[in-house]
Amino acid sequence: MSDVTFRIKRFDPASGEPPFYQDFVVPVEGSMTVLEGLFAIQEQQDGSLAFRYCCRSSICGSCAMYINGRYRLACQTNILHMGVDRVTVEPLPHMPIVRDLVWDMDDFFAKYEAIKPWLIRNSELPDTELTQSPTERHKLNMPIDCILCAACYSSCPSVWTEQNYLGPAALLKAYRFEVDSRDEGGKERLPRWDNERGVYRCHTITNCSEACPKELNPTEGIQWLKRAAVRRRLLGHKK
Amino acid sequence: MIHHQLIVVGGGLAGLRAAIEAKDAGVDVAILSQVHPGRSHSGAAQGGVNAALANHPEGHDDNPEKHAFDTVKGSDYLADQHAALQMTTDAVPAIYELEHMGCPFSRFDDGRIAQRPFGGAGYPRTCYGADKTGQYMLHTLVEQAYKRHITMYIEWFVCRLIVEDGVCRGVVAYSMTKGGFEEFRGEAVIIATGGAGRTYSTTTNAIISTGGGAAMAYHAGVPLKDMEFVQFHPTTLYTTHILMTEGCRGEGGYLLNRDGERFMAKYAPKAMELAPRDITARAIQTEIDEGRGIDGKAYVYLDLRHLGAEKLAERLPGTRDLAIHFEGVDPVYEPIPIVPGQHYTMGGIDTDVDGRTSMPGLLAAGECACVSVHGANRLGGNSLLETIVFGRRAGTAAARDILGHERSSGPDGNVGAAAAAVEAYVDDLASREGTEDAYAVREEMTEVMRAHFGIFRDEATMKAGLDKLVALKARLKKAKLRHTGGVWNLDMIRTMELEGMLDVALAIASGALVRTESRGSHARTDWDKRDDERWLRHTLACYEGDDPPKLDYTPVDMGLFEPQERKY
Repeated sequence: MSDVTFRIKRFDPASGEPPFYQDFVVPVEGSMTVLEGLFAIQEQQDGSLAFRYCCRSSICGSCAMYINGRYRLACQTNILHMGVDRVTVEPLPHMPIVRDLVWDMDDFFAKYEAIKPWLIRNSELPDTELTQSPTERHKLNMPIDCILCAACYSSCPSVWTEQNYLGPAALLKAYRFEVDSRDEGGKERLPRWDNERGVYRCHTITNCSEACPKELNPTEGIQWLKRAAVRRRLLGHKK
Repeated sequence: MIHHQLIVVGGGLAGLRAAIEAKDAGVDVAILSQVHPGRSHSGAAQGGVNAALANHPEGHDDNPEKHAFDTVKGSDYLADQHAALQMTTDAVPAIYELEHMGCPFSRFDDGRIAQRPFGGAGYPRTCYGADKTGQYMLHTLVEQAYKRHITMYIEWFVCRLIVEDGVCRGVVAYSMTKGGFEEFRGEAVIIATGGAGRTYSTTTNAIISTGGGAAMAYHAGVPLKDMEFVQFHPTTLYTTHILMTEGCRGEGGYLLNRDGERFMAKYAPKAMELAPRDITARAIQTEIDEGRGIDGKAYVYLDLRHLGAEKLAERLPGTRDLAIHFEGVDPVYEPIPIVPGQHYTMGGIDTDVDGRTSMPGLLAAGECACVSVHGANRLGGNSLLETIVFGRRAGTAAARDILGHERSSGPDGNVGAAAAAVEAYVDDLASREGTEDAYAVREEMTEVMRAHFGIFRDEATMKAGLDKLVALKARLKKAKLRHTGGVWNLDMIRTMELEGMLDVALAIASGALVRTESRGSHARTDWDKRDDERWLRHTLACYEGDDPPKLDYTPVDMGLFEPQERKY
C-alpha cells in the first residue's frame, strides 16, 4: 500500500470559473487502476467528481483520458506500474467539456454518422449468409477493433485546427466498410470522405496511431482511402 | 415532457434490436441510455452466439430442436420448453440477418460463418467473431440504428416508470449532460437494461450492470422471476474478475489444479472442460476449497499454451490482451490464474415470449428479462442470442400494440407529476440524517451476496445473509447525498441505483433461501438433489416495500423433453 497523489483537472463550465487542478491522496495497492482510483476519490473524498465509466475491461471506450501526458484508458492503466507517485488525470485534450473529465461527444459521433458507417448492399441478399473468405475477413481485423474511445480524435492536430475535419476514428470506420468484401457502398460513401474535410486533411502526423489504446493504426486506414480515391478517379469505380 | 410512441430503456443489443424492429414497422421510437449505446455491456461478450447453422463439419446434422434440447438440459429443466424452442428456431434467421447487416463474423474456409464448440452443447454451434463477438454485434446494431436515424437520448439515466391506472405510460429520466429530470411519455416502454451482476463483489459485469431496469419494474409491481439463479462463470481473472471467454475452452484450453491435473475428468468425464458453466464453476470451487488451488491459493489455471501463438492470435486475441493488461500474464507462455465469478442474471422481469409483462404498456427484453429460456443455468452463447431474438420479438409486439391503438397519443392530465415526485425524492435523499455511508453499504452488500449467495449455498449461511441485507436496507435510509444538483451527478445516480440493487439482492436472497433443492446454478449443500416433485416451478418475487418480497410460484412449460439426470 502506498500513497499516490491524483492531480485531477476540474472544470464546471456552468460555474463561470476557469479550470483548475485539485490534488487527492489515494492509498494504492496491487492491481488498482486509475479508474478505480477515481472511484475511490468520488466515494470517499469528493462526491462531485465527474468521469465516464462502464465495462472496466477496455472494450467499451468510455474512459479514454489524458493520464500523465499520455492517452490511456483509465480502466486499463495500472497505477503502480506507472512507477510514479503522482498521477495527473485530464480529460481528452481539445474537447469541449461537460464537467471535469467528461467531454462532449456530440461532434465526434456526428462525424462518425457522417461517413455512413453501416454496410451498404444494393444487390439481393441470399437466404443464408453472404460468404466471405477468411482472407477477405482478415482485412477487417484492424478497423473492427475500434472502440470509439476518441483518443485518436483528441490527439490529432488536424482535428484541433479544423473543426469540420472528420478525424481518424470516422475515417477508420469508412475504411472498415471500404475493405469489406460484402459492401457495395463505395460510390455512395466516397463523397463523404474524399474531400477537404475528409482524408486530405490528414497530414500523416500519426498521433492517432500512437494514441490508440487498442494499438490500432488509423493512419494506415486513411492512407489506404487516399490511394483508393486516386485509383477511382483514374480508373473509375469498382463497386 | 417529451413524447415518443415507444420508449426503449437501454441501448445494448436487446434495446437496439427492439428499436430497429419498431422503427421499421413505422413506430416513432426513442432509445434512452445511460451510456452511448456503443458502450453498452453487450460489447463485453466474447465467445459467441449460438445458432444451429450446421456450418461446422462436425455439426452438419444440427438443428433448432437439438439446440433447444441442449438449452433445456443445460437449464436443469427449469426453462420453458416452447420458449427455448422459439429462441433456437428464431436463432438461425437472426444470425443471417445480423450478418447481412455487416456483423464481421469469423469465417470457415468455405466463406461461411465459423462456429466453435461451447459448454453443454451437443454440436459446435457457437458463431463467433474472434473473441469479440459482443463488440462486433453491438457495433453492427449501433450502425443500423444510425442508418435508420433512430432517436437516441444518450447519457440519460432512467430512474422511474410512470404508471397511471396500472398502465405504464413512460419514464422519468435524468439528463446527465444537461442536468434536471424529464418525463418521457409514450404508448409503450421496453426495458432492456441488462443484468444485475454488480450486486456481487466478484463479477465480470460492467459497472453499470446494476439491475436498474429490473428494479424499476419490480418497484412498479411487476414480479421478478427466478432471481435466485445466478450464473458464476468458471473462468474470470483472479485479481479483477474480468471474463476469460468460454471460447478458451471451446478452442481446447485446459483447466489445471495444483498438481497439473485436468481435474474436470472427475466432474464431467465426457465433456471435460466443456461441461456447462454451473458444473464447471462448482468443480473449480471444489478444487480450491479442498486445497488444490495453485500453491494452495484460491485460484486454478486456465492453460492455453498448447494452442500456440498463431491460434491465439486468430481466435483469442482479446483474451490474450486482457490477460496481459489485467493479470500481467501472457497466455502464450504462461497459464492464466482464474476463479469463478458472478457473470449472468438468469432471472429477471417476468415476460412472455413477446416480451410482454403483467403490466399493460410495459415490455422487457434481454438479460433484465426472464422469459424463461435459461432456467437454472444458461448455456454459453445463448445470452447474445437471447438479446437479438427477444429484442426483435419485443419490438414487434410493442409496434403491434401501438399501431393497433385507435386513441390519439397526446399528453394527459398528470404530466409533470412523476418528474416532480422524483425531484421530491432526490430532495429527501439530500436531507436525510447522513449517519450512514451509501458507498460502505454498497460494498457490504456486494460482499454479502458473494459470501452468502455464492456458488455453494446452505440454510444457515443464507439466513444470515438475508438478515444482513435487511439491515443494510435500513442503513441506506440514513445515507444522504453528498453532492446535489448539477450535471453528471454520480453521487446521486449511484445512490439512487443502490436502492434498486438492494431490492434486487433481496429478491435473489429470498428466492434462494426458500428453494430447498439444488438445481443448475442454485447448489445447496444441505439439499443437494434436484426435486422435481416440489420445485419444478418458477419463483415469482413481488415487491412488498420494506418487507421481504412475497413469493409466488408458476409452473414450468414442459411437453418437449422429459426431465432426466444431467450427465456430461
